[in-house]
Amino acid sequence: MEVPDGRELLRLSVNREDRLLLVRSHATLLEVLREDLGLTGTKHGCELGECGACTVLVDGTPQLSCLLLPAQVEGTAVTTIEGLARGSELHPVQQAFVAQGGLQCGYCTPGMVLAAKALLDENPAPSRDEIKEALAGNLCRCTGYAGIIEAVEEAGRMLS
Amino acid sequence: MLRLPPFRFLRPGSVDEAADLLAEHGDRAMVVAGGTDLVPKMKRGQMEPEVLVGLGHLTELRAVHATDGGGVEIGAGVTLTAASSDRRVGADHPAYTRAAALVSSPALRNVGTIGGNLCVDTRCNYYDMSVEWREACGFCMKKDGDICRVAPASKHCRAIASSDTAPAAIALGGTVVLVGPGGHRREVSVSDLYQDDGQFYLAKAPDEIVECLRLPPPGAWRSSYVKVRRRGAIDFPLAGAAVALAMAGPVVEGCRIVLTAVGSRPFDVSAAGEALVGRELTGRELTGEDGLLADVAAEAAKVAKPLDNADLHYVWRKQMTRRAVVQAIVEAAGHSPALAALA
Ligand SMILES: Cc1cc2nc3c(=O)[nH]c(=O)nc-3n(C[C@H](O)[C@H](O)[C@H](O)COP(=O)(O)OP(=O)(O)OC[C@H]3O[C@@H](n4cnc5c(N)ncnc54)[C@H](O)[C@@H]3O)c2cc1C
Ligand code: SF4
Ligand code: FES
Ligand code: FES
Repeated sequence: MEVPDGRELLRLSVNREDRLLLVRSHATLLEVLREDLGLTGTKHGCELGECGACTVLVDGTPQLSCLLLPAQVEGTAVTTIEGLARGSELHPVQQAFVAQGGLQCGYCTPGMVLAAKALLDENPAPSRDEIKEALAGNLCRCTGYAGIIEAVEEAGRMLS
Repeated sequence: MLRLPPFRFLRPGSVDEAADLLAEHGDRAMVVAGGTDLVPKMKRGQMEPEVLVGLGHLTELRAVHATDGGGVEIGAGVTLTAASSDRRVGADHPAYTRAAALVSSPALRNVGTIGGNLCVDTRCNYYDMSVEWREACGFCMKKDGDICRVAPASKHCRAIASSDTAPAAIALGGTVVLVGPGGHRREVSVSDLYQDDGQFYLAKAPDEIVECLRLPPPGAWRSSYVKVRRRGAIDFPLAGAAVALAMAGPVVEGCRIVLTAVGSRPFDVSAAGEALVGRELTGRELTGEDGLLADVAAEAAKVAKPLDNADLHYVWRKQMTRRAVVQAIVEAAGHSPALAALA
């Protein structure tokens, strides 16, 4: 909802917690998450839609938070990487990334893990091609991708 | 952090109201659907609207339904993910769903719309850069400057039409419904949405909004779309060919060929496909032994005059345009793409 002074009243749920926020109309979801909510697990890379580092789940589907305006996420349920673990227990996708060496510097990892989770929620036994397609917009400068693909396969086995 | 400049965001109650708002705010306003093209461009200062008229919340734009005559109507706000996975559209119009599935990446397709894809901005290596880069290099005629950096003698901008779905929609005989101020509606062919000018690439009025895309019943038409790019993910087309063939068994009764990313608008080069009409596409034609497909592709690609303003070498892009046409013909005829490697 637009309020005077270039701001919006934004109602959404973040990691299962309802929020009512007063944000700048031109703040992207990435800025809202990192700066207003202090959820810095969502990374910023290109900030132009090209790298996938900022991927979050909006109503369960991977979307790029660096391009989303407040109006586009009004009333949605957003899941960031902080919302995946239950207490101290990592989500199976996170566990598989650790076990299979699906990360090095870790910068692409939050986006990768969330995109992989969305895939496995729909299809717990994806083929290698389906994994590659689902992660096509998530770039990694470190791993060479092999460990990531193996981690997603492993997570699928853990989940099914 | 790369931030957006301030703007006012308006939420019209309907498409008609959106068109009225565009008319009211004139060239200070733009519509935004998924924002996957507009938002990065605003961050780079390529577009500076003071008012954004949002379409994303309008459920009326998000439906796919059959039309009376057996065709299909796809709302402009349908996401590329939804359009590309629609079984019925895929069965009738594979070129269209294929093109939609080949746009950008899954996360972008979850948000990007088919209307935004038809209206996507033209591209150029001198334009798709940060404002700092463009200032240092010297602005160009498409934004803030007065000459074309890639073709200095050109009187108009030569930025590249880069929509993947537009060529498919044209090859399939598609139309769009445009809504203007006062609820005025008109239906035009998708081809008539464009003009060959990289700066003013849309032929519609600025306050007209694409409401839906209509594809006619397929009848005997079979189709395919082939896209050339460096990476098999994310990248915009460096050349693309949509082909529709009307087939009576193995015999071609009609042929439409439309190219993208070879100029400032999608080019309908169906005249080049006349040579296929009346021919069977089964043996020597497909393996390339008689040179038929190569000749058709060479004729089709004549309009392609790539410039040095996109990824990879422009001579190679022209060669690949021909290959894309051959492959799209082979696929539309219902054969394996591997055959195209031979042709
Ligand atoms: C990294 C990256 C890669 C990409 N790769 C591709 C690619 O391979 N192929 C490709 O075709 N595109 C690509 N795109 C561009 C874009 O994601 C798609 O074209 C998408 O379909 C645009 O839809 P949108 O709803 O997000 O448009 P928006 O960004 O909302 O709008 C795009 C333009 O269309 C106008 N517009 C939107 N909807 C309407 C309407 N209903 N009526 C009139 N005008 C309208 C807007 O004013 C704006 O000028 C890419 C983008 C990024 C960031
Ligand atoms: S073609 Fe010329 S005018 Fe157009 S964007 Fe490129 S450099 Fe600028
Ligand atoms: S930071 Fe959003 S895609 Fe790169
Ligand atoms: S682990 Fe470093 S970018 Fe992927």
